[in-house]
Parts: sequence; structure tokens; C-alpha cells
Amino acid sequence: METSVKKYTFKDFASDQEVRWCPGCDDYVILRSMQKALPEMGVKKEDVVFISGIGCSSRFPYYMETYGMHGIHGRAPAIATGVKLANQDLSVWVITGDGDSLAIGGNHFIHVLRRNIDLNIILFNNKIYGLTKGQFSPTSLVGQKTKSSPYGNTQPPFSAGELAIGAQARFFARIAGNNPKDMTQIFIEAHKFKGTSLIEVLQNCVIFNDGCYTSYTDKEVKDDKQIFLEHGKPMIFGRNRDKGLILNGLRLEVVNIGKNGITGEDILVHDAHEKDPTLHQMLIRLQDPIVTGIIRSCKDVTLEEREDALTAQVKSDSSFSKTDDLFFSGETYAIK
Amino acid sequence: MIKEKKPSTASLETVVVRFVGDSGDGMQFTGTQFSDTSAMFGNDVATFPNYPSEIRAPQGSLYGVSGFQVHIGSIEVRTPGDEVDLLVAMNPAGLKTNLYAVKPGHTIIVDVDAFTRKNLEKAEYDNNPLEDGSLENYRVIEVAMTTLTKEALKDVEGLDNKSIVRSKNMFALGMVYWMYNRSTEHTIEFLNKKFSAKPHLIEANTKVLNAGLFFAETLELIPNSYNILPAKMVSGTYRIIMGNTATAWGFLAAAEKSGLELFLGSYPITPASDILHELVKHKHFGVKTFQAEDEIAGISSAIGAAFAGDLAITTTSGPGLALKGEALGLAMMLELPLVVVNVQRGGPSTGLPTKTEQSDLLQAMYGRNGESPVIVIAASTPANCFNYAYMAAKLALEHMTPVILLTDGYIANGSAPWKIQSVNDMPEIKSKIIKTVDDNWSPYRRDNETLARDWAVPGNAGLEHRVGGLEKDFLTGNVSYVPENHELMTKTRAEKIKRVENHIPLLQPEFADEGDLLVIGWGGTYGALHTAVKQLHDEGYKNIGFAHFNYINPLPKNTEEMLNRFKKIVVCELNNGQFVNILRMNFNRCGFLQYNKIQGLPFGNKELIKKFKELVA
Ligand SMILES: Cc1ncc(C[n+]2csc(CCOP(=O)(O)OP(=O)(O)O)c2C)c(N)n1
Ligand code: SF4
Repeated sequence: METSVKKYTFKDFASDQEVRWCPGCDDYVILRSMQKALPEMGVKKEDVVFISGIGCSSRFPYYMETYGMHGIHGRAPAIATGVKLANQDLSVWVITGDGDSLAIGGNHFIHVLRRNIDLNIILFNNKIYGLTKGQFSPTSLVGQKTKSSPYGNTQPPFSAGELAIGAQARFFARIAGNNPKDMTQIFIEAHKFKGTSLIEVLQNCVIFNDGCYTSYTDKEVKDDKQIFLEHGKPMIFGRNRDKGLILNGLRLEVVNIGKNGITGEDILVHDAHEKDPTLHQMLIRLQDPIVTGIIRSCKDVTLEEREDALTAQVKSDSSFSKTDDLFFSGETYAIK
Repeated sequence: MIKEKKPSTASLETVVVRFVGDSGDGMQFTGTQFSDTSAMFGNDVATFPNYPSEIRAPQGSLYGVSGFQVHIGSIEVRTPGDEVDLLVAMNPAGLKTNLYAVKPGHTIIVDVDAFTRKNLEKAEYDNNPLEDGSLENYRVIEVAMTTLTKEALKDVEGLDNKSIVRSKNMFALGMVYWMYNRSTEHTIEFLNKKFSAKPHLIEANTKVLNAGLFFAETLELIPNSYNILPAKMVSGTYRIIMGNTATAWGFLAAAEKSGLELFLGSYPITPASDILHELVKHKHFGVKTFQAEDEIAGISSAIGAAFAGDLAITTTSGPGLALKGEALGLAMMLELPLVVVNVQRGGPSTGLPTKTEQSDLLQAMYGRNGESPVIVIAASTPANCFNYAYMAAKLALEHMTPVILLTDGYIANGSAPWKIQSVNDMPEIKSKIIKTVDDNWSPYRRDNETLARDWAVPGNAGLEHRVGGLEKDFLTGNVSYVPENHELMTKTRAEKIKRVENHIPLLQPEFADEGDLLVIGWGGTYGALHTAVKQLHDEGYKNIGFAHFNYINPLPKNTEEMLNRFKKIVVCELNNGQFVNILRMNFNRCGFLQYNKIQGLPFGNKELIKKFKELVA
């Protein structure tokens, strides 16, 4: 299927609908990155489906010149599961927000990851409810003042990545909303991954939660406050590439290369394919710096592979080829 | 084998037998065997299983009683019957909880061995009912079934005590076979198949079955036996089918006929789960079943599958339909084909999960936000669940809309003979699927006659489009907040459902075309209502007609005209009056009378007859 695909440009994936996010919203970056990634994936336009829930981010499918469905709040993973089971040839993308998938859709979110069906989920995490104008979300911080928490939020937050890995996510990536280049690449990698891939985008909402990620994403600080992981490469970061991560007992520790006898050799090498999620969980939890890139990518059997194998087995064991065979099988009797 | 000749054999038109005992006593098996054997003999049959909602209720307890009722006839039988001619009670609890149903003067067979002090206590009897004279209005046949079973099996090797005691249900079955002049052949054949790997169990069960039969024959307490002649039924190949199985098979047939793959997204709930259990067995037909994490995911996955081009269905019961409401509204907006089955049970909330009721009708009609019309249809017998499932799929696919199919616990768990229908003989299904684009295609372009839109599915070049729950432009389907467009779309969606009336059958009243009283029912009460009106008709009441609705939204086109031909109308429902209010809303005619029962029980024959007589007096 992928060989005969014509060469698209990002324009081929832009629908005729006017994009209506607030000026400056990171959602534009995500949209453009996706439109740039798709031509690189080698899929036909007609085989791409975007399914979303409800929220600012969930308007996304309208802007893509592919098949799409703007669904209902929180249920996109379930809708997408039906699409994929109905037609496995499709490249199916779920677009969701932190409220959409971690609050109302929490149940579907964990179960889609558990099943490992071949979908790609992009979680726009702006730590706030945008569309409903600024209430706290399940990723908002304790103490955060929002429309629905004027004296400060009292509910502790989820970490999307930790939750996902607890639900057996096989692919988890995190990327800053102002980093289109790496984002585009991660989308391509997610597409290649057979199984559920989850990409958390740290998305700034300029209106209701502006600056919620600036301490990691601002130009001045991002090199020191973010570590971008690549499989097989050492976990080195910093403006001068002089900082790295090591394992000290059961804790990750930031060290300075060249100080206290630490050399590049001592720095952990990232293994995204490791099945045991312990280190991936620790990386996800790290706060200073925060970890971005593909943190986990370990291949596993998908739901459709299991279903197909079972169907093939049942088919070969069955003597029924049409429903009449069933209807007239077993205990029947004639009335004259 | 049964003896050819019988002394004094009386012929009966119909008979109702109820087997009751502990959950572990094999009553479901016994009842099924008796009804299957009778069906193969040529009788019409209707059955109803009734088991406790507790999975493993304590032995001998009142709430642990499991029962199976069989109605067989040399004439058409349309219900499992409400009064019992023969009760077979394997223990005191079974007797106590079922005595009310036995016709005075009729027969009760009990296993006296089970009437121990302990069991009597568990059944909360102060005195032994077999001894205190409380059963003097019945013909009680006391049989030491456990002892006789042990005796019959003393020479069979390889049996533990538990298997011996367990086979006493075969003793009861043997007795009943003798009483109704039935052959044991079918059951023996069944045992041979079932226990082909365990010959000692075949031997044991066959021995006990025959022992029961011979015992009944020699027993002076059973003075005669009864014959129920074959019924006049349309010739053909039949099988006994349960309502839920018939529903599942209707969808299989529709998938094959339409050339689409069947997708079921569902979450277990009593009494709908058996549809899932049935369909999951048929992966060889390419059926895709998805047991979701909840009802919302069940219907949502079905919506996804419908978007991608499958014949998509979701099955549930009332509480599940409540959860599916929002998604159903989405499917309605998307104008995608989707069938939602609601096997109704007693509500509200968790209500009476194992009892029957018709109280989800208004939920099906209106249980969504906004103006959200969908097709609503209802099956009325275990066997016609097949046809209505098929029709639900056909209407969904041809009119591009969700369809709610209502059945209920009573017809879903009940079984009856089904004249097998070959898929070849089923009506055509023409889905609206399109694979190539033409010049004036637009996602919401409609068929002039039905107003159904085309079904463009992913994977086809040129048809890329976006749908969603936000109001859509009349033609392009793009988001539109234009006030006039919303009004137009609301009216169009309503009109689309209304026009389905051109594609469903007209209503045919039975027994009288006009007259003093029209009895109206819908859904699973068909058998009870039909039986009652027929009985009155046979008694000479030619002024009572009967109209039963299977199509509720839209209603058949001739409904009003038909209503006007009768002086009085009584609408009978197992709820507080839901369908009657739909009629009141639609037809400008006063004086709809009601007969409602809200006890989690089906209509009884006597109560209906009494009511109808009152109304025409
Ligand atoms: C059943 C239901 N409940 C509530 C809403 C209102 N609602 C719409 S979007 C939203 C939250 C969206 O937040 P998030 O998922 O973080 O997306 P964002 O708008 O920030 O992109 C809520 C509560 C709804 N549309 N449907
Ligand atoms: S409210 Fe926030 S998330 Fe929504 S479009 Fe505006 S900036 Fe973006």
C-alpha cells in the first residue's frame, strides 16, 4: 500500500475550513507539524482518519483534508477502536485534550492503551479546560487559580505518562508545543509503531493558562530544563552538552560531565525498547529537567493481530460458510 | 422406549408444565428436553425459564428456586402460559414458591425424599404441607425420586453419590414423558451426544429416565395419561429458538444479505448479554465482536465501525441505554446506520434486573438531548426477534439512521419454534455505501425520496470528509451555526424518520376490522393479548379487535384510520402508560383507555379477559 502513494505536500492535508483557534495557541503548531508529517509517512490521504473528542484541540479533524470525526467528550479512543477494527488498513489518529482523555474519558484512555490496538493518540496537554473557558483539569497543579478554583485547586494532578505506562502503554513520547521539528519526527515514528502510541504535547493555552510550560520551553532555558531522549544515545543535555543523567541507587540524578570524575561513559544510555517500564517511569517523573522525546517504544502483539489469529483459527475449524449453514445445523425438525 | 399402547388416553388441546427445584437440580435441562421433544412431535411450544438472580443461591432456599415452564399445544400457543396444569417440585422451596400458579384440582408431583425437616425449615414451612392437608385441592403425587434413582443406579459402575443424586431430574422427566405420551428417543439421542466421552453417564441417565417412565406407567396414582396432538403448523423445517439467539441471527442474516461485515460493540448486562455470547461464537462469518469497558465505549466503537463501513450494532438493557444516550445523539447527527438493541427489564435504575417490563419506551423515543429522532421498533415473540433484528438493520442501512430495537427479558429468554428462514428468502438490503465520487457529491447530499444521505467510508479517494456532533450545513456537513440552517436540519432529520412510514407494513387488526373495542399492545405482550382476545372471539365476542404495534417511530401510516373504526380503545402495557401517551400525542382523539401492569410480570390471561369483558359490557 505504501509504495504507490503519490508525493503529497503539507498543503494537500489542509482542508478548506478556516482554523479558529486563538492566535498564538500551540494547537496551530501541532496542526502544521501533522500536515508536514503525513507526506513523509507514505500513507494515502484517503486512508487517514482523525477521530477527536470535545475541546479546543478536538476541532483538529475539521482542519485536515482526510476522513475525520469530531466525536463526543472523552470517547474518541472508543470510536477510533471501532474504526480500526472495521478497517485495519486505515491510519487512525486520536486527537484529545487533558480534560477529554484524563477526566471524562479516563476509562477509555486506560483501556485503549491496555489493549494495544494500532492507533496513534495525540494528547494536547494544556493543564486547563480551554473550550469551557478555564476550569482546572486533572493535570492542573495544586493551588492553581482557575475559574473553578478561585482560591486555588485542591485536587492533585495526574501525570499523563505515568498513568499511561501504568495502563501498559507500549509507546509514549512527550514533546514541547513549541518544538515543531521534533514533533513532526515523533508523529512519523508513532505512525510506524504498530500498537497504540501516545504522544503528550505540552501545549500552551495563551488564554487560560499562558506560560504553564515556559520554565521548560522558553528559548533561554529549554536546553537546561529539557532533556530530549533518543534511543541508543546517552542522556546528555544542557546548553553546553555538559549535563547528564545517571542512576544513583533508585533515583535518577543530574550530574555535570567533567566534574567529580564523571565522564561521558557514566551517563545512562536511553533504551526506549526495554520492556520493563521502571526506568521509563522514573524518566517521566523527573521534574528538573523534564524528559521529552520518545521515552518508551517497545513492540508487542496488537489487539488486531490477536483477533485476526483467532478468527483465522475459528474459520478453519468451522464448516459454516454462510448463515444458512448455521440456521439449518444442529437440532432441527420437519413439519409436513 | 415408550410403549405403543396406552390405556385410557385423554386428548388435551394445551398443557402447561412447570419444573422447579434447586439451582443445581437441572430444571432448565429437564424443561428444555420436554419442550424440544414436544416440538419435534409436532406441537407448538412456548417456554420461559425463570432462575434466581443470585448466581449460587444456598440450596433449598426460597430465593434459590430455579424454574422452567413449558406450554405445549395441538393449537397455536403464544405464551408460556400463566396457570400450570402440572407442577413438578423437586423440593419444598420449589413447592412453596410455585403453588400459587397451579390450577386448583390439577397435579403436583413432588420428590418426597426432599421433604426433610431441614429442607422444610429452609423453605419456612411450619408443617409439612404433604401432611397438613393444605394441598387437598390438588392431586399430589408423592414419589421417592431420590431413593428410586439410587435404586435404579445401584448396578452402574463409576458413579459417585453426587452424580447419582443429580440424575433424579431424569426420573421426573421420564414420568412426565409417560404422562403426556411422549417418546424418550430425542432425549436419549441427546444424552448419547452430550456424554459421548462418558459412557457411564449415558447409561446412568438413560436408566433413570426409563425408570421414571416405567414407574409412572405402573403407578396407580396416575390413572391416565394425556395426548396433545400435533398442531397445525405451516410446513417447513423448524428449530426451537430463544429470543436473544433469534436477534443475533437476524443480524447475521442482514450482514450476509447486505454484503457488509457485522460489528458488535457491547458491554454485558442482563438480560441482553446472550446476544453478545451468541455473536462472539460466529467469527467464522467474519463477525467482529468487541467487549468494551462500558456501554459508552460499546456504542462509540459501533459508531466508529459504522463510520468505517460495517453493519454496526450495540446491545444493552435499560441502564446501558441510559449511558448510550449521548453517543446515540451523535450517531443521529452523523446520520450513520447503527442498530441499538435494548432488551428491556424492570426499571428504573437497576430496578428488577431479571424481570420483564416495557418501561423503556419513552427512553428509546426521547432519552437524548435536543430533538433527536430515531427509528424505534419492537419485536413481539422469541421467533420474530429474528425478523425485527433483520428489519432494524435494513432500515438503518437504507435510511442512514440509528434504529432502536426493543425486546424484553420475557421474549429474549423465552423460546418457541422458529420456521427457519433462508437468507435467500429475506428481503433485499441496499446499503447507501458509495465508493467513488461524482461531480455533485457532498457529504450530506440526500436521496429525494427517503432523505437518507450517502454513506462514504474511509479508504475511498475523493470522498474525504469530516463529520461531527456540531450542527451541520444542510449540504456540505460542515459546521454551521446559521439559525435557519439549524431549523431546516432539525426538520429534515424529523422528516427523514417520518418517511420511513412508506417502507414499513400497514397495521392489520385481527379478529375484527371495526367494532366496540380495539385492544392495543406493542412488543412482547403480543402472545398474552392475542390469546385473550382470541378466547373472547371464540366465546362469541365478535366486536373486539386486536392491533399490535411493532413499529413505533414512525407509526404505521394507517394507524389513525384504524383507531377511528372502533368505539373504545384500550392500550395494554407493562408500564404506567407510555405507548398510550405516544398515541395521545399523535392522534387527536379522546378516550384512550389504559390497562397497565407494573409488577415485573407478564399479563395473565384471566385479568385480561376480565378487563375486556368489563369494557364491552
Ligand atoms: C458530556 C460533556 N460534558 C461536558 C462538556 C463540556 N466540555 C467541553 S470541552 C471540555 C473540557 C475540554 O478540556 P480539554 O480536554 O483539556 O481540551 P481543551 O479545550 O483544553 O483543548 C468540557 C468540560 C461536553 N462537551 N460534553
Ligand atoms: S482557549 Fe487556549 S487551547 Fe483553546 S484555542 Fe484558545 S489558546 Fe488554544
